[in-house]
Formats: sequence, C-alpha cells, structure tokens
Amino acid sequence: MLPVALEKATPLISIVTHTVKEYVCVMQLHGTVPESRVEEVLKMFVDKIYQKPPLRSRVKRALRIKRVFNIEFLEMTDRLVLFKVLCEAGTYIRKICHDVGLILGVGAHMRELRRTRVGPFTENKNLVRMQDLADAYYRWIYEGKEDLLRKAIMPMEYAVCNMPKVVIRDSAVDAICHGADLAVPGIVMISEDALTRRRVAILTLKGELVAVGQMLMSVNKILDADRGIAVKTRRVLMEPGTYPRMWKSGKAGLT
Amino acid sequence: MKADVLKEGLKFINEINEFCGNTARLIIRDEAETDPSYGCLPVKRSMEDYIKRGIINLDKPPGPTSHEVVAWIKKMFNLKKAGHGGTLEPLGYMA
Repeated sequence: MLPVALEKATPLISIVTHTVKEYVCVMQLHGTVPESRVEEVLKMFVDKIYQKPPLRSRVKRALRIKRVFNIEFLEMTDRLVLFKVLCEAGTYIRKICHDVGLILGVGAHMRELRRTRVGPFTENKNLVRMQDLADAYYRWIYEGKEDLLRKAIMPMEYAVCNMPKVVIRDSAVDAICHGADLAVPGIVMISEDALTRRRVAILTLKGELVAVGQMLMSVNKILDADRGIAVKTRRVLMEPGTYPRMWKSGKAGLT
Repeated sequence: MKADVLKEGLKFINEINEFCGNTARLIIRDEAETDPSYGCLPVKRSMEDYIKRGIINLDKPPGPTSHEVVAWIKKMFNLKKAGHGGTLEPLGYMA
C-alpha cells in the first residue's frame, strides 16, 4: 500500500512517511535451516539494530541505528520464510534479510516485500486500487455522481489522526495561515496527550487542518494561562484568506 | 446554524481519531462558535476542492514504481502536485 497525498495535502506526506511502517516479507534462505533457528534469529533483530543502507539505496551509506518494534514469524516452507516487521521509517528490510542469512550461516536475500502500514494508514482501512480510482473518477466526470470518489479519497485531515490536536477559534486561523505561532487565547480545545515538544495538529472548529505545529507549553499551563505562545507553527496547510483577517500588523500583534 | 456546524466539525474530529484508534480526550479550554460563512467542513468541500485536499490509501500494484503511480494519479485528476509516502526501495526485479 502507498498513501498518496494530492495537491494541497502534499506537504503532509513528509510527516506521514517518517512514522512507523509495517511490512510483510518473503525471505529466501540459501541453505536448509530448522524453523526454530530461523524464528530465534529473527527475534534477535527486534529493538535497536545497526544498519548500513544497502548499495542500492536512496540515502547516504553510513552506519545508523534503527528501531525494529516487532518481528512476527508467520510461516516457512522449505527455504522460503514469511514474516511481518513493524519498524521505524528508513529501516531496510532487504538488509535485515541479508543479515539474518549471515547469522544463520547459509546466506539469505529478500524475495518479496509488501508494505502493510505507513503511520496511520493500514491495509485494512479504505484501501483503494487504481481501477477503483479510475472507475470513481469516471462516474463523477461522465455521470455526475460523487459518491464513489468521496469514498476513495479521504480528507487530508486523516493524515494527522494520530497526533494530539489543538482546536482554535475562527479569529486565530488567519494569523496561523500567515505563519504566526499560536497564542493561548486562540485555543478552544486541546488533546490531553499534547505534551510539551510534541507535534500537534492545529484544527478549526469545523475540523479543517490549518497547520502542524509543536507544543511549547504544557496542557495544564495552557488551561491556566491567558497569554503566551502555546504552539510553534511548523507547517501551514491552509491558504491565507480562508478565514477573515482579525489580527493587527506591527508590534501590537499577538502576545 | 452555527451550532450545527460546530457539532459537525467536532463529530468529524472524533471520526478521524477513531480511524486510527486515537482515544485521547479533548479538553475544553473555552466556549466558542464558528461562523458558517467562511471555511468549510472537510466532508462538505466541493468535489474539486475535496480532491485537492485529499489523501488516497492506494493499493499499489507491484511493478510500476511509486513515482509512476503518482504520475498517473496526477494526470487523471489533472493536478499540479502530489506526493507519496513510502519510497519502498527498488527490488531490481518486482515479484
């Protein structure tokens, strides 16, 4: 599976991509090894591992540490091993197969790989095929029916579903769209898990994504305070002018 | 009218949280309302706007690269920009 962000949602992709990924992998062993031994060696790759990206890779080939959250051995027939991996972005599964082969002493390589999760998007929710998309588009263009296309495409807000949220007043929206940080008075609601320094989604009361920011203040402090900058604006998704401008320019601006 | 929009907005926020099993509670700091005359509930966007602010959870077939698939989607929807989040390394051959 592959999350695809359209036009104005495009900046969200870099955020989604850098979260956890899950894969199902077929590994080909180059010799016969008992199943129990394969399982045992795969388990050794859970937690922090050293990885040097393979020759054909998109990044600098320097040794780095990656986190593997879980490896689940699924089944094995002859020299083919099927397993599931949940890992940090940038973990090379091809490298894991190779390294497993080295430890087993027989050698191994990756035969097939399927991504089953990228951040909040998984295989079992709202997955659409290219053909579904083409059909839905055809139905809209030639039959004027939006139903299928509205099902095939999700509003970009779904990309931030697992982030803590800060819901703001209409009057605070336009300043954020211009890149200003969010001050305490603009906040209407805040997720209980919006810990300081965490990345948060800034939403309007209608649920529209305004920007992605970083918490500068604790939730308790925000609930007590009546001034101060609460969230640093990192990435603006909404165009300026969507909401009316309610802020003054110059030094008398947000405090 | 104002109250309805607010209610639907909050319902939508709940829906996206449910989508990924996010159970964190929203704490209310202050009362507020939202003016229906600007902005738009995400699910009520015009089809054109809905597409331009959309995400597709695509079941990518093996074979074409992510880049190629995104190029097709861009062409189909006549978009200037689109991006994919995966960058599965090239296999050399595709099984």
